Amino acid sequence: MSMANEFEPNILGILCNWCTYAGADLAGTARMQYPPNVRVIRVMCTGRLDPAFVLKALSLGADGVLVSGCHIGDCHYLAGNFKSRRRVALMRKLIEEYGYDRERLRMTFVSASEGALWAEVVQDMVNTIKKLGPNPLKQAGAAGQEGAIADEF
Amino acid sequence: MDQEKRIGVFVCHCGTNIAGVVNIPEIVEYTKTLPNVAFADAYTYVCSTPGQEMIINAIKEQNLNGVVVAACSPRLHEPTFRRATERGGVNQFLFSMANIREQNTWVHMEMPEEATRKAKDLIRMEVARASKLEPLEAKVVPVEKAALVIGAGIAGIQASLDLAASGIKTYLVEKEPSIGGNMSRLDKTFPTLDCSQCILTPKMVDVERSENIELMTYSEVEDVSGYIGNFDVTIRQKSRYIYEDKCNGCGKCQEVCPVSRPNEFDLGLQPRKAAYVPFPQAVPLKFTIDMDSCIKCDLCKADDACGELEAIDFDKPDEIVNVKVGTIIVATGFDMYDVERKEEWGYKVYDNVVTGLEFERLIGASGPTGGKVIRPSDGKQPKSVGFVLCAGSRDQDEEDGAKPYCSRVCCMYSLKHAHQLIEKIPGCVPYLFYMDIRSFGKAYEEFYYRIQDEGGKFIRGRVAKITEDPITKNLIVTAEDTLLGEIMEMEMDMVVLASAVVPTESTQKIKKLLTLSNSPDGWLLEAHPKLNPMSTTTDGVFLAGMCQGPRDIPDVVAHAGAAAAAASIPIHRGSVTLEPIYAIVDEERCGGCATCIGMCPYGATELTHVDSKLIAHVNEAKCKGCGTCGSACPSGAIKMQHFTNEQIMSEIEAFAQGW
Repeated sequence: MSMANEFEPNILGILCNWCTYAGADLAGTARMQYPPNVRVIRVMCTGRLDPAFVLKALSLGADGVLVSGCHIGDCHYLAGNFKSRRRVALMRKLIEEYGYDRERLRMTFVSASEGALWAEVVQDMVNTIKKLGPNPLKQAGAAGQEGAIADEF
Repeated sequence: MDQEKRIGVFVCHCGTNIAGVVNIPEIVEYTKTLPNVAFADAYTYVCSTPGQEMIINAIKEQNLNGVVVAACSPRLHEPTFRRATERGGVNQFLFSMANIREQNTWVHMEMPEEATRKAKDLIRMEVARASKLEPLEAKVVPVEKAALVIGAGIAGIQASLDLAASGIKTYLVEKEPSIGGNMSRLDKTFPTLDCSQCILTPKMVDVERSENIELMTYSEVEDVSGYIGNFDVTIRQKSRYIYEDKCNGCGKCQEVCPVSRPNEFDLGLQPRKAAYVPFPQAVPLKFTIDMDSCIKCDLCKADDACGELEAIDFDKPDEIVNVKVGTIIVATGFDMYDVERKEEWGYKVYDNVVTGLEFERLIGASGPTGGKVIRPSDGKQPKSVGFVLCAGSRDQDEEDGAKPYCSRVCCMYSLKHAHQLIEKIPGCVPYLFYMDIRSFGKAYEEFYYRIQDEGGKFIRGRVAKITEDPITKNLIVTAEDTLLGEIMEMEMDMVVLASAVVPTESTQKIKKLLTLSNSPDGWLLEAHPKLNPMSTTTDGVFLAGMCQGPRDIPDVVAHAGAAAAAASIPIHRGSVTLEPIYAIVDEERCGGCATCIGMCPYGATELTHVDSKLIAHVNEAKCKGCGTCGSACPSGAIKMQHFTNEQIMSEIEAFAQGW
């Protein structure tokens, strides 16, 4: 890492195949540089987002979860992003109940032609999580252990 | 499934694209320590023939039953490596890909350590996923031997003719009463000065005569469902209030019609009747009654007009037609940028400021003046004409809706206009205000020199302001000559704004119907900008012509031919292989709550009775594999194949092992 003591967040990305994953590829083709803190899981549609994925990631110590799909109205499957947007809105409230700041979960909309936007989204998410600090479970040294929500998922 | 997992991992150098940033040996050594990994190695180009042979040999020698390639994006080479996996004797769906190029080495070029760590993480996640992958069988479905082409400008016409010539039944749908599109509005075409109508109308007639083309003019696509090979298309044939089979195109209805309104085809420069054809060479030559302006005087029905033909029926309803096609070509073309929004140029304020397309009608032999160039204010021949190039193109002004892109045709059509003026009006001087003259095509640069020799004046600079002398109606053009570094003012008889091209309004509607994407500038997005500019991300849907981006006629024709060839491949092959990525229901776990029913936008989930128990069922043919139902199922009964909960959860667990 760049500085020995600086906190570098581990962020899970869940991206749809048709828009944001393609947009992230475009950022690569255009050699747009952004922070290396996101690990991406590719799904066909953000509608595939099971709330359990978010809870699982947080319970195992992820510092943030970034869900990103097509712009509203542009979903390759017509309306999957509407459903995930609703789910994410609810999940942001739910994770607060578990003691996580809602900003640790974010949904963005990046199309296949918006490579620059993807680089911005990652930069912004990394900045936000850096401000929030590491996952509270990690701070307590409990990540991945018999945590309150780890059992359920 | 209880068989021991033996996964082979192949790390690609991609020349220096990957190896130039990350530490490949370190990654390979790390990969060997991961659970279920039986073999790991690296190679310069895994996608090359020796690279693929390496996978195939390793599968056989190491008895592998799973493959992970860490290389470029799966959107690029997943099909390549799936085939290699299959050739090695392992089911292709037991393959997974880690994207360590587009989403790693290319975006963290100055951070080798972090990128190396990220590559390890991504490989670990894909190995975990590959450990949970299940073999699937791709489904082969027959392809309907017909195609749909949306839009009948030169792109749609060319695509339809090519499809029809290869023996494919083609439905050509055009929303206007005639085919021909914008090209039929043009007088001459650059740089050869071919008469546009002369080269276009034979093709239009060919369309009408072709046995394989079913032409549907004055029609719009209302709905599309299904998938490649099996699209169900609903088309609304708007009522012309004239029976096409009875109308013989005699035009008597038009003669007697008392209504007068601006003809859209001539951009309002001359009137038409309520009973009309847009232009004399229209195909089909069938009249249309514009019910919005018809006063129902019945003169057209009288004995001295349509009379005995009885072709006119004011109550004729729209017709809804359903067709089944295997592939679809979108050719929705372009409109002109609304240059009125650039107030500084006074379009629609000053009579003698016209757009390039209007000038095309003014100079065109089939136009309102019969090709005699006159200025709108007084009908006099102009002796000096200013051309404002890049009118709305190459312009970052978002407030005016201007476009940052180059429209690719305006330089050349303005040069052509300049030539025509010099030819038609002795002594007339065209002044072209340009930023750069982009004469990039075959014989274009030579044409540019020719206009210079003929007396065209070129001023490098943007026009800042146009004002009018209220008495003479002459225009005062203010611009900076950037080569002299001087502000200049010139009086002109007339100004032509070479307005930008923009996607048509209906492009957005078609985009939604076919779940296509567009680039930020509004043009439809191709599958790959270099290697697949005529395909889209929706299988079986192709793009032809300007709807994908600005291009001139030769490029449109080439693009349309490519689209037709691509669209004919699945039809001639007769079948397509569909990804078995669809949801399945575990009947034991399903409680019949119907939550999934509301989730599916395709109506693929339905409730059925099995042994008196109500359970959900997924119709494989309708399911497109988004997985939205699976993530909503409260009992975890729906399994989204190839993206199962187990597979994704294992990736998340592997992700969490990174700290």
